[in-house]
Amino acid sequence: MGRAAHYAENSERNNETMIDWSGYIGLILEGAWVTVQLTLMGSALAVVVAFAAGLGRLSRFMAVRALATTYIEFFRGTSIFVQLFWAYFVLPFAGITLTPLQAGVLALGLNVGAYGAEVVRGAVKAIGREQREACIALNLSRYQAMRHIILPQALPLMLPTFGNNAIELLKGTAVVSLISLTDMTFQAQVVRAQTGNTLIPFATILVLYFVMAWLISLGMRWLERRVSRGLDGLRV
Amino acid sequence: MEWDWEFVRQIMPTLIEGLQITILATILGAAVAAVIGLVFAILRMTAPAPIARATSFAVEFIRGTPLLVQLYFIFYVLPDIGIRLPALLAGVIGLGIHYGTYAAEVYRAGIENVPRGQWEAAKATNLTARQTWMHVILPQAIPPMIPALANYLIAMFKETPLLSAITVLELMNQAKSIANSNYRYIEPMTLVGVFFLIMSLISVFFLRWLEERYARVDER
Repeated sequence: MGRAAHYAENSERNNETMIDWSGYIGLILEGAWVTVQLTLMGSALAVVVAFAAGLGRLSRFMAVRALATTYIEFFRGTSIFVQLFWAYFVLPFAGITLTPLQAGVLALGLNVGAYGAEVVRGAVKAIGREQREACIALNLSRYQAMRHIILPQALPLMLPTFGNNAIELLKGTAVVSLISLTDMTFQAQVVRAQTGNTLIPFATILVLYFVMAWLISLGMRWLERRVSRGLDGLRV
Repeated sequence: MEWDWEFVRQIMPTLIEGLQITILATILGAAVAAVIGLVFAILRMTAPAPIARATSFAVEFIRGTPLLVQLYFIFYVLPDIGIRLPALLAGVIGLGIHYGTYAAEVYRAGIENVPRGQWEAAKATNLTARQTWMHVILPQAIPPMIPALANYLIAMFKETPLLSAITVLELMNQAKSIANSNYRYIEPMTLVGVFFLIMSLISVFFLRWLEERYARVDER
């Protein structure tokens, strides 16, 4: 249906508002795509950082442990909002200019990665002592023990919390609208400014966010079943 | 651009003013969350099935959507149906409802973790419902909840900068307006980060102490 026809139809139905919703819904869906991209890229960065920092905290070397702990405490100690503003407004003075998308992915990934690191550490520490001792008895190197014995068992323990973290990250993406990245929340504000209607844009994006969160938790449950498949009877 | 201590001294009073609003919002938000969480938990555990299910869905929905959008909803949509709230009140309600859903989860877990035998023993010794709750269940359920609740309190404190998006003049908003009117971002933004970091680090130590004092019931 053409815009004009739609417009006419709408204005017939409701003389007061005369709003072409199809265009505005399109705008919000464009924003939804940005939100999805941010969530995926942010999660990818977060997983990498979480494993690096989580295993770093368990390192033999004092310097690595100190570095990982500082990173984790710093990013858990301040909110995503403050970190994002810092990345976007202060880093340029240090010569690093980021686009809003880069700043968003960086801040989201590093922030959620810090929470993820604690999950990785907790899961690895939860693997029983006897497993480590068996690794030593079998003369496995530290790398082999971690890669083939400890992590495969620790992973199913991490996944439920990772799922929650991914949802937290999704919710965190709303904040990037405040550095003028055109995500779903930003577009909803645009629609509000242009139409003067508040309920429809905000209710729409609330539902869309909820659907995304629900998809994440479905996906994580599927992943959980997959990674714990070989471990049936061992735990959970 | 260089770090300027003179500028820092100049803007400090304004930032402190913002910090006070931040702390006020945190305290009020926590109070609202504690009460709303209790309502959610009770509805989910004791209400008839349809209401309990509806509550569960509401809790899931609130937890699955961003606080920022919820704040916008309260601040921009409610006035259209005749409820006009001052920014700070809207912010406190938003924080309270959002974190209330987390608190509800903590309450529920805490109460469900009290072993069944305690309920049965209370019944066997002919305690009234009130006595059962006051003298048997709650004294065992509450201590393990405290560290978890404190954890969410810290999380909420860190989320208060979002209130700046609905024009509450808290720490972040003060910093932003200083930055915008002076074209200097380094000092105000960094100071906001430092303030939050210091407060969080202090509260992390406080949390560790709480955990040692109250948690680990299973090891007793």
